[in-house]
Amino acid sequence: MGLVLLIIIWLITFASTYFFIAKTWWLPTGASAAAAGIDHHFTTTFILMGIVFVAAQVSLGALVWIYRDRGSSSSKVTYSHGNTKLEIVWTLLTTILFVGLNLMSSSIWASERFRPAEVDAVRVEVTGMQFAWYFRYPGPDGKFGATNPELEDASAGGEAALGLDTKDGASKDDVVTGTMVVPVNREIEVILRAHDVIHSFFIPTMRFKQDAVPGLAIHMHFTPIQTGDYEILCAELCGLGHYKMHGMLKVVSQEEFDKWLAAREAEKQ
Amino acid sequence: MATHEFAAQESHAHAAPQGFVRKWVFSLDHKVIGLQYYFLALAAVFVGMFLSLLMRIHLIWPTLPLPLLGDIKPETYLTLVTMHGTIMVFFVLTTAPQGGFGNYFLPIQIGAPDMAFPVLNMLSFWTTLLGFIVMIAAFFVAGGAPLHGWTGYAPLSAMQSTGPGEGLGADLWIISIAIFCIGALMGALNFITTTLDMRAKGMTMMRLPLTVWAWFVTAILGLLAFGVLLSAGILLLMDRNLGTSFFVPLVTINGQLTGHKGGSPLLWQHLFWFFGHPEVYIAILPAMGMCSQLLSVFSRKPIFGYKAMVYAILGIGFLGFMVWGHHMFMSGMSPYTAFAFSIMTMGIGVPSAIKTFNWLGTLMRGRIRFTSPMLFAIGFVSLFVSGGISGPFLAQPVLDIQLHDTYFVPAHFHLIMGVASIFGIFAATYYWFPKMFGRMMNESMARWHFWFSFIGTYAIFMPMHYLGMAGMPRRYSQLTEVTYLHGLIPLQKFITYAAFVTIAGQLIFLVNLFWSMFKGKQASDNPWEATTLEWTTATPPPHDNFGGHTPVVHNGPYEYNVPGAPRDYVMQSDPEIGPAH
Repeated sequence: MGLVLLIIIWLITFASTYFFIAKTWWLPTGASAAAAGIDHHFTTTFILMGIVFVAAQVSLGALVWIYRDRGSSSSKVTYSHGNTKLEIVWTLLTTILFVGLNLMSSSIWASERFRPAEVDAVRVEVTGMQFAWYFRYPGPDGKFGATNPELEDASAGGEAALGLDTKDGASKDDVVTGTMVVPVNREIEVILRAHDVIHSFFIPTMRFKQDAVPGLAIHMHFTPIQTGDYEILCAELCGLGHYKMHGMLKVVSQEEFDKWLAAREAEKQ
Repeated sequence: MATHEFAAQESHAHAAPQGFVRKWVFSLDHKVIGLQYYFLALAAVFVGMFLSLLMRIHLIWPTLPLPLLGDIKPETYLTLVTMHGTIMVFFVLTTAPQGGFGNYFLPIQIGAPDMAFPVLNMLSFWTTLLGFIVMIAAFFVAGGAPLHGWTGYAPLSAMQSTGPGEGLGADLWIISIAIFCIGALMGALNFITTTLDMRAKGMTMMRLPLTVWAWFVTAILGLLAFGVLLSAGILLLMDRNLGTSFFVPLVTINGQLTGHKGGSPLLWQHLFWFFGHPEVYIAILPAMGMCSQLLSVFSRKPIFGYKAMVYAILGIGFLGFMVWGHHMFMSGMSPYTAFAFSIMTMGIGVPSAIKTFNWLGTLMRGRIRFTSPMLFAIGFVSLFVSGGISGPFLAQPVLDIQLHDTYFVPAHFHLIMGVASIFGIFAATYYWFPKMFGRMMNESMARWHFWFSFIGTYAIFMPMHYLGMAGMPRRYSQLTEVTYLHGLIPLQKFITYAAFVTIAGQLIFLVNLFWSMFKGKQASDNPWEATTLEWTTATPPPHDNFGGHTPVVHNGPYEYNVPGAPRDYVMQSDPEIGPAH
């Protein structure tokens, strides 16, 4: 029985580890400035935790086999209540490992979340509602116009869905779209809102996730570094249509972005 | 202290009941109440498992009509998710290890004739059962059971108009949890008082079996956590029915104003997780105690580092209340707070690691007997390591950005708090069955059950890590709407097939349990040659546990292979083996 346990535990350990090392399924390719740092720390954590995982499982398998009851040929059981020195050593080692890992990653967290977006960042307001994402650009005046919940008309989509108050001067040049278009290599400031329940704005390739909470306007930022189309998901359970609350992020060159925005402005006139 | 303890014991003794109803239904006997809790959890676990099976089937065959449910709509899937989680967490993982085994064995292991408050004990069971009935009733009301997940995040859970199931079903869901909390609070008071006041002479705190330490600390966690959840549940009910706005700011549903304003959705999350994280330890601590106990018994060796184990349990309990914010890194909570919660969470890994080291240390230089409870204890260690190792990923906010709300999270918590705890329950069942029913369980069925469960668990939950890393979100009823998820569907299929096999394996357990109750081999009073007090009394124990005498304790709980002793174990009630030990 000891040998069977050893074989099964080791097989499970090595098979699981193989798929991690072979990266058969792995993080989607990163396309934002933060991705490299985050992925690097991911790998560091994987290596350290992987060593602990394999060491613990291999020891477990080995110990149950070596110290199985062999009847009269078993060696004598050691009568011991433990070893305080060893306890202190492994307590210190795990503390250093866990707290150290944490401190290593804290600078990335700080740059992602502690500092506000740069002044010249491209600002996009993202609003989640059951079950769609809307994106609003402030237009040439750089100001988002007022919205009014009483004006909301969800079925009409676009500006009406957001309840844009057209009487407000600042709202005249606001552009509302169903696809998020941003220029490459520019910092994007995202202002996250939700109308009804909590949603979560998740762009896997940008290593970006943040809940959109009704009643809050959450300011976040990310910098896409590769042009292309990327899928946007909702990551927080928001109701029956959660699985299809899907959007697209188009990262384009600055020129294309300017052209696209100008065309949307022109449509409004 | 000793005089006081005896006084406490005598005042709680009560005569054995005669009629069927007082003996088996409205019983004051902690052993019967323990069995009642156990069978409640057994019923609940099969309901919960059936729901998970339906989920697995729907995920890979989305158009297939299911038994009892017919065509599965997206909201039906979310109902399954919600009820599976809620039933498993409350009525299985909290009910069986603590209400079931804790009730049955805590008094016996400390040498007491019953719990401190037998009537309260009876009430706590019947309250819990009522909670379960109300929970199941949610399936049958108009609109069905709620779809807001076991965490019930507001505002989704706070208004009727947010989706199907959010009407009466959601009210019943909250009321059921509130009822459960009341039962759990009564139970917690009883466990704490009993442990502190009812110990037999010589049963000092540092001679308590680690199972008792685990139940004791679990009860303290319950006392502090369930009160908060109860209050939060009442506030949520008021938001839903009385027009208050504790958790709901100004929101519109489908463009319509709801009349709410000024509330905070994050407040619900703080209150919920202030309960929710300690709840994880409420589920796992008894299993840890069980595992420590069994590794010592079946390695025929004292537990490695008894004191360190006690401090680790206390440390986990204490730190368990300071880490709830790690569920909220992406919630909009201050990122500075996230940093603090992250450090505390990594800190809680330390006592968990100490326990693992000590378990391995216990096996080393032992003489391991591969009985069925021991197999599950070894399985527990393996699952605890595998589930624990993904903790430091989720505990670091930077990595949680990608992993939060993906399959990586269910992979993590199912291994560590779900199945590891269940392994604790299985181990306890195989171990204590002879004491409870006077018969042994069938060993070969038990072994098959172990292999199905152990390999099956890994086959189900290890691939969920890969899904999570690849970015597959949780709680998606269909995986066809997002292009990059298509490539991951084969892995989902594999998980569903594995779930079929694993669940089939659980039927072996069910058959073994009931077959052995009537047909199992007669058990002796101490079939495992163990040392704690339950093995000194008759099988099954008499009404007052020790047949009119009160045991006196002279030794620690894990004295195996003591040099010079006549047998390879020294019972707690045997003459003292010497001050050096």
